[in-house]
Amino acid sequence: MLILTCPYCGISAEETELAPGGEAHLKRFGPGSSDADFESYLFARKNPKGVHFERWRHAYGCGKWFLAARDTATLQVFGTYKAQTPHPTPEIVAAVQAARPGWQPDWIETNADTSAESPKA
Amino acid sequence: MTQTGPFRLPRGGRLIDRAYQLPFRFDGRQMRGVVGDTLASAILANGQIMMGRSFKYHRPRGPVASGAEEPNALLGLGEGGRFEPNQRATTTALVGGMVTAPQNCWPSLNADVGAINNWMYRFLPAGFYYKTFIHPRPFWKHVFEPIIRRSAGLGKAPTEADPDRYEQAYAHVDVVVVGGGIAGLTAARDAAKQGKSVWVIEQTPQFGGRTPTDHADGQTRIDALLAELRALPNATLRRSTMATGLYDHGYLLAREAIADHDPNAGLPRQRLWRIRAGHVVVASGALERPLSFAGNDVPGVILASAVRDFIDLYGVAPGRKIVVVTNNDDAYRTALVALDAGLQVAAVIDARASATGALPEAVRARGVRVLTGSAIAGIKGGKAVEGVKLCAHAGSGDVTEVIDADCVAMSGGWSPVVHLWSHCGGKLNWSDAQAMFAPDPNRPPTGADGRAMASAVGAAAGDLLVAEATGAGAEQAILPVWVMPANATRKMKFKMWLDFQNDVKVSDVELAAQEGYQSVEHTKRYTTLGMATDQGKVSNINGLAVLSNALKQPIPQTGTTTFRPPYTPLTLGTIAAEARGEVFQPLRKTPMHAWHESHGAFFEPVGHWRRAYCYPKPGESHGDAVAREIRAVRASVGTLDASTLGKIIVKGPDAGKFLDMMYTGMMSSLPVGKCRYGLICNENGFLVDDGVAARLSEDTWLVHTTTGGADRMHAHMEDWLQCEWWDWKVYTANVTEQWAQVAVVGPKARVLLERLGGMDLSAEALPFMQWAEGEIAGIPARVFRISFSGELSFEVAVPANRGLELWEKLHEAGRDLDVTPYGTEAMHVMRAEKGFIMIGDETDGTVIPQDLGLGWAISKKKTDYIGKRAQERSHMTDPRRWKLVGLESLDGRVLPDGALAVAEGVNPNGQRKTQGRVTSTYMSPTLSKPIAMGIVLNGPDRMGEVLEFPVAGQETYKARIVDPVFYDKEGSRANG
Amino acid sequence: MAEALAKISQVQDRGMIQIRADLDRAGDAIAGAAGLALPGQGRTTTDGSRLLGWMSPDELLLVLPRAETAEALSALTEALAGEHALVLDVSDMRAMFRIDGPKAAQVLMKLCPTDLAAMPPDGLRRTRAAQVACGIWRDQAGYVLVGFRSVADYLRGILTGAAAPGTHLEPR
Ligand SMILES: [Zn+2]
Repeated sequence: MLILTCPYCGISAEETELAPGGEAHLKRFGPGSSDADFESYLFARKNPKGVHFERWRHAYGCGKWFLAARDTATLQVFGTYKAQTPHPTPEIVAAVQAARPGWQPDWIETNADTSAESPKA
Repeated sequence: MTQTGPFRLPRGGRLIDRAYQLPFRFDGRQMRGVVGDTLASAILANGQIMMGRSFKYHRPRGPVASGAEEPNALLGLGEGGRFEPNQRATTTALVGGMVTAPQNCWPSLNADVGAINNWMYRFLPAGFYYKTFIHPRPFWKHVFEPIIRRSAGLGKAPTEADPDRYEQAYAHVDVVVVGGGIAGLTAARDAAKQGKSVWVIEQTPQFGGRTPTDHADGQTRIDALLAELRALPNATLRRSTMATGLYDHGYLLAREAIADHDPNAGLPRQRLWRIRAGHVVVASGALERPLSFAGNDVPGVILASAVRDFIDLYGVAPGRKIVVVTNNDDAYRTALVALDAGLQVAAVIDARASATGALPEAVRARGVRVLTGSAIAGIKGGKAVEGVKLCAHAGSGDVTEVIDADCVAMSGGWSPVVHLWSHCGGKLNWSDAQAMFAPDPNRPPTGADGRAMASAVGAAAGDLLVAEATGAGAEQAILPVWVMPANATRKMKFKMWLDFQNDVKVSDVELAAQEGYQSVEHTKRYTTLGMATDQGKVSNINGLAVLSNALKQPIPQTGTTTFRPPYTPLTLGTIAAEARGEVFQPLRKTPMHAWHESHGAFFEPVGHWRRAYCYPKPGESHGDAVAREIRAVRASVGTLDASTLGKIIVKGPDAGKFLDMMYTGMMSSLPVGKCRYGLICNENGFLVDDGVAARLSEDTWLVHTTTGGADRMHAHMEDWLQCEWWDWKVYTANVTEQWAQVAVVGPKARVLLERLGGMDLSAEALPFMQWAEGEIAGIPARVFRISFSGELSFEVAVPANRGLELWEKLHEAGRDLDVTPYGTEAMHVMRAEKGFIMIGDETDGTVIPQDLGLGWAISKKKTDYIGKRAQERSHMTDPRRWKLVGLESLDGRVLPDGALAVAEGVNPNGQRKTQGRVTSTYMSPTLSKPIAMGIVLNGPDRMGEVLEFPVAGQETYKARIVDPVFYDKEGSRANG
Repeated sequence: MAEALAKISQVQDRGMIQIRADLDRAGDAIAGAAGLALPGQGRTTTDGSRLLGWMSPDELLLVLPRAETAEALSALTEALAGEHALVLDVSDMRAMFRIDGPKAAQVLMKLCPTDLAAMPPDGLRRTRAAQVACGIWRDQAGYVLVGFRSVADYLRGILTGAAAPGTHLEPR
């Protein structure tokens, strides 16, 4: 049973205080999107054995959604971070790479990605 | 002395207090033990060695071990609701007045009919069940199954509710040491001295482990450590607490026995500790292995360590004339302890070619025969040991001598207890020199930080002597002996037990290998080796060694089976803990709950809520009550407790924009003061909730959800606000429970509310689908003109603390109007009469609003809302989707809920094709006929067609497709 | 028979106001209107009569004598008039219990997966008690637990059960 630290309230919460929310950093595709994009958004999930980024809600707590970087096989937690970011933060990437030297991000960082504005702003 | 049994020794017994005698019953016999006895020691003291029969062959069985690993001495304890099967006699403390019974025997322990299986062992080989399931089939049905059903089952399940209490508790500890032996206590002291919070949990009622029995001044050493620990405020010692499993991120479960089998203590029987450990020290010691020789399951053949435990700890002689058989030095300790207790040691049979260590020499010096290079060829006796047949270990079992004996103390070496280490991923190494698996310190279970969350010490780590702490001298190496004698015949192997509880023998494992089983996990399931309630604690290593030899491969290549929690069985009560009776589940109650209760309401669960289903009067059936409630509402006025409806405040400059994304309809354009019905879909396009939204002010909406949807919809909104549109300025608050809500419904609703006074509720002041704020009967209130019944209806929300007051005033003021409380069933029937859909009836997670004729509630102007893209998928726009219609039963019978309408032809499985389904169905008291709704292929275009609904065992139902609005089609009644 | 581990009593005379706002921007205004300093993350501030608790990065809970609720509600609403904020009377939607006595912490240890020893003296911990959500803070004689109104009977039941006489958690 996992323990994750909520980045909003600082509490180390155990799994029974949390609600899982599946894969993090999905990009929403709405009306006008192609069938392929929509299918990938709605149904395709990475499900890796190893480094993964997930959504968790501090449900029995501050109620905030946060994200966790975790190894799905060893359950090592590389870090937790706030949900308002389109990709894992540089600190999280560094923490993952410190523990898994060969690991590389599979996204491309752009300027827009670091914006504090939400995708549909 | 005699009063506590003929086999109680005149002296000794570290754990017992002879001054306090305890009467108890075993197998119908009155016996006596003393304080400190286990059931096993007390029964043994009374001269009873046979304590049960085995599972498959019903062979006579006595205790093999003295602790948690015991496979044989399983008893049924207690009576009535406190009856519990499969309790280990070796770990159950004796309590005065206990009633105990042996298992797996009928009519009695001595004359068991099932023992016939023992003579059939050739016909019950490994994989017997698999083989007979397949072939020959008639044999299974007519011969084997009836026999097996009668004799199978380990113990009996209790039939009454458990009257005992259980509880759980959470703990957060830096270091938890599992095992209170000398290695654990030493590790605990060292950690505590570093200032860490430390717990030591020990499964038995006393600390010390094997050290006091096995080592000179062992007790002194233990006492010194305990004194040190007790002086440290950050160290906690918990006895009778068994670590059952180690899980992710240092989550350790442990069961503390508080008042086990002492029902008069008035305490919880057991407590389950849910511990978050920074680090776990596995100090769980080692377990001795049996030797596989013919007849090793005869009562009186006991592990050497258990023999000396019974003598040293309980002052009980397992026999008067003991033969020790071993492949290592440790068993010689048993000979010495037995001699010190005045018992006879007939011989030590040592498989090794020589035994020259200090312990063998000490035994020789006491005049005991030590026969090296020797083995046991067989045991004389069936229900008890009568003699031991000897042979050379190197040979194939030619008997050289027969020795008189009533007890055999056997030792096949020791296996570290690696369960906790292995539960969460710790790996093991095989040691050829020590003939055992031990934790690999380089491959520990890891925690959240990726580092070791456990370490192993002492015997659990493979350091069997813990010489540094015990002062034990060096010992001569063990000789691995997996079969005794080395070249035993096939016939002998049929009598060599590996798994005593499940009756698995050397011959079974060899047969499995011969039949092609190579994986240890497959062999385990095929032979059932290690699958009993003891999980093979004493049998697994011997079994996989036999398998390895049969496969001609080294033991590490075969590997171990998976170690799974719990270490020993947990009573289900500890898992349920406080969750039983009144607090089995949180029951959510509305502010008017007590009124409903005192007015005879029959409640139904809606999520965790309890809602009044109807209010039957004396002599009324539920159906009668529902019909009466509906007629009263339609004729005059009724009240429904609608407090459970979800109420969510959505506020902020972007609230309108946000609600337009949440709902399929347009909410931003709703004028202040008005209400609008809305639908919420998920991103898959499926309808998940509905309700009425009211605009409270320029930037504030109050949205209603279904009773079950409040928490879910609030979470849904927060998800999108926090994770997708995080810069939109919107706050939400789930205020469901702040308000009590009463639906006042019926043609006299306005009359009734006006009597309470305070607000102008006229049609002009408060038209349909509007809301107003004010006071009703002096209570601050919001009144919504919305209707779920088709009648004139006001939903009145007041602060929850005043809900009962409002409810009672309504009933007081409306007495002459026959104001009637009505329940959820009347509400359901009335909404169905009006053709209104119900989330969960007309929807099932695959239905989109378009299927339900709700296109009018979907905005065509909006470019986006949650679910819109999905509803554009080809399958969603397929004109052949089943759509909502009304269904009129042709013969006056109420259609069965969920019944399927059949179509022409059959599907590839040979079943009739279907073209629709009943989603809601009731007898309408208003119309005095059955009504129903359903979704049907091309339904709205097929008005007047008749569908058939075949139901097994009944005459086929027939129904005509009609408009789903059965009552007041023009909707005039809601306008009052 | 031994005594219960703690005295469980329901508190009926408290009002509660939920405040949601950007605490960095509006913190001073809230503190002024509430009459209490702004609590830090996971903390409470109190003057012995009122208590202001940190619920989440954009949410506070003001607990106060019930009679003062209406006035405080308007004071807060007024103070936050120019802000994007939400101020709501939530007095009726919660059930509040006191757990008083030297072993009060043990009662909560049986129900909450929370490290109470690690909670600061002025801490506010939102967690669960058995199967329902709750918030916990310390008071002179023990702890205060706040849950939802609809499960008040459940909360009373599990708290009373956990406090049963003789069920202390010290080693036996
Ligand atoms: Zn949090």
